[in-house]
Amino acid sequence: MNIIVCLKQVPDTETQIKIAQDRKSIVEDDIKWIMNPYDEYGVEEALKLKEGFGGEVTIIGVGPKRVTEAIRTALAMGADKGVLINDPALEGSDALGIAKALAAAIKQTDFDLIFTGQRGVDDDNGIVGSALAEFLGIPQISVVLKVEVSEDGKVVKATRPVEGQSLVIEAELPALLTAQKGLNEPRYASLPGIMKAKKKPLDEKTLADLGLDPAEFGEGARRLKITELTPPPQREAGKIIEGETPEQKAAELVRLLHEEAKVI
Amino acid sequence: MAKGVMIIAEQRKGDIRKISYELVSEARRLADSYGQEVTAVLLGSNVKDKAAKLGNYGADKVIVADDPRLETYTTDAYTSVIAEIAKANGPDILLLGASARGKDLAGRLSARLGAGLAQDCTSFTVEDGNLIAVRPIYAGKAYAKVTFNESRPQMATARPNVMAMNEPDESRSASIEDAAFTLDDGMIKTKVIDAVKDEGGKIDLTEADKIISGGRGMKGPEGYGILEEVADLMGATVGASRSAVDAGWRPQSDQVGQTGKVVSPNLYIACGISGAIQHLAGMSTSKVIVAINKDPEAPIFQKADYGVVDDLFNIVPAMKEEIKKIQ
Repeated sequence: MNIIVCLKQVPDTETQIKIAQDRKSIVEDDIKWIMNPYDEYGVEEALKLKEGFGGEVTIIGVGPKRVTEAIRTALAMGADKGVLINDPALEGSDALGIAKALAAAIKQTDFDLIFTGQRGVDDDNGIVGSALAEFLGIPQISVVLKVEVSEDGKVVKATRPVEGQSLVIEAELPALLTAQKGLNEPRYASLPGIMKAKKKPLDEKTLADLGLDPAEFGEGARRLKITELTPPPQREAGKIIEGETPEQKAAELVRLLHEEAKVI
Repeated sequence: MAKGVMIIAEQRKGDIRKISYELVSEARRLADSYGQEVTAVLLGSNVKDKAAKLGNYGADKVIVADDPRLETYTTDAYTSVIAEIAKANGPDILLLGASARGKDLAGRLSARLGAGLAQDCTSFTVEDGNLIAVRPIYAGKAYAKVTFNESRPQMATARPNVMAMNEPDESRSASIEDAAFTLDDGMIKTKVIDAVKDEGGKIDLTEADKIISGGRGMKGPEGYGILEEVADLMGATVGASRSAVDAGWRPQSDQVGQTGKVVSPNLYIACGISGAIQHLAGMSTSKVIVAINKDPEAPIFQKADYGVVDDLFNIVPAMKEEIKKIQ
């Protein structure tokens, strides 16, 4: 079974986001870049399936050179090879642009299953997975918590939580799944794994290598443009409830929620 | 020339979900601001009699696609039917709910229509005929104001619980139309083979009106018993911080924050949660925030409208008694 995992690099979730002077981007100077946490669940699930079915796990990333670090991490976890789609013309592309580039690279390979993270924890879009499945003409199952592939390797069954329910959804392969936290416990890269990863193939491809026209990508081709970034609306620290005893404080709190805030 | 504001209503087992009324209400406001009409699209099986209610909330027209194969949501069937309806009607703005299903559908539909998509927005305005959306990014650590290029429709999903809902007006009615669409079984490539209701059938965090969350201060899974009791009493849903979920005290589906759910209830009560940046990001759009924590220095107090510095195991049971009194 050949599995592809698409990944992106994002600022560590501990990062304090600072808005840059242009008020349209963030200050990237002190950012620690990590593999998008949701993509890591995809890598782990791919490796587990490979252990059962054999085949190869290929990691595909889009972005500048630094993204190779995230790809090497996935290779150190046990993936077989990596591809970085790196082209200056891609910079500033929107979700549909990224999905189009990924689709072109994936069409050049032989695959049964694709994993992406359910969303990037940076722009919180959650569009690339669905758009990629659309461009490849394959079914998608989004935000999955459990994955089973039939013994003959032809059908995937995945559990997906929706509001108040868990759905079990089935699709024939090839299919695309987007990984949710809870799908598995991603392994750490071992020291021998890290050593081996250095020798694993990691190709770089440009848009021209993929037969794509640079004019369709980048900032200029964005359908959605950011006109301004602002810090979140500030919340003022409110009242600290006074009282001699817990009972008095609780009574005052409930009174305020009932009479002042009118929420209970 | 694209015109009008179209919304995609959501139903489950034939019942229209609240997000649909939020969408119609918001669409009405947007459409009125630039002299446009509101069209709601409803897909399902035997749902036509439910369409009129969308008119009460402000839709001028409801397009109904009724087919047994649309009874349960599948990405493929819904994308195909809605894409056909959207192409035939050419809306200027196309809104969906940022629910689990709405986000799944919106991504695929945007790729099929080649349309820009702003996910999980918290406010909309129209200026000079262009949609301007505001959406939290980095789980709310920053807000992005976004606009669209000339491509149409301008697609967006609206975060549940954020858009104000109109009072339904019985005298207001919509014209109801059957959708023209083709659906071929071969294009539906996924099948829902089982649907398991969550335990207790509690309201999902993303849709809850009130949430009471516990963090590391709960000391263990048993601690949540008292939160459940208060939640039952006031109709709230119980949530958890990442550390509580990672410790295995609560299921992943309860997690609020950057790698969990982003929520915006009317009331959010944080118990024994210090307020790590990832958690604050996930709940800061709540209307009223209460923090209960022993540590007066906990960052959560900086975000809270009401703070109680005390042991939650003393405060929460006492709150329960007080709530009983006012009910």
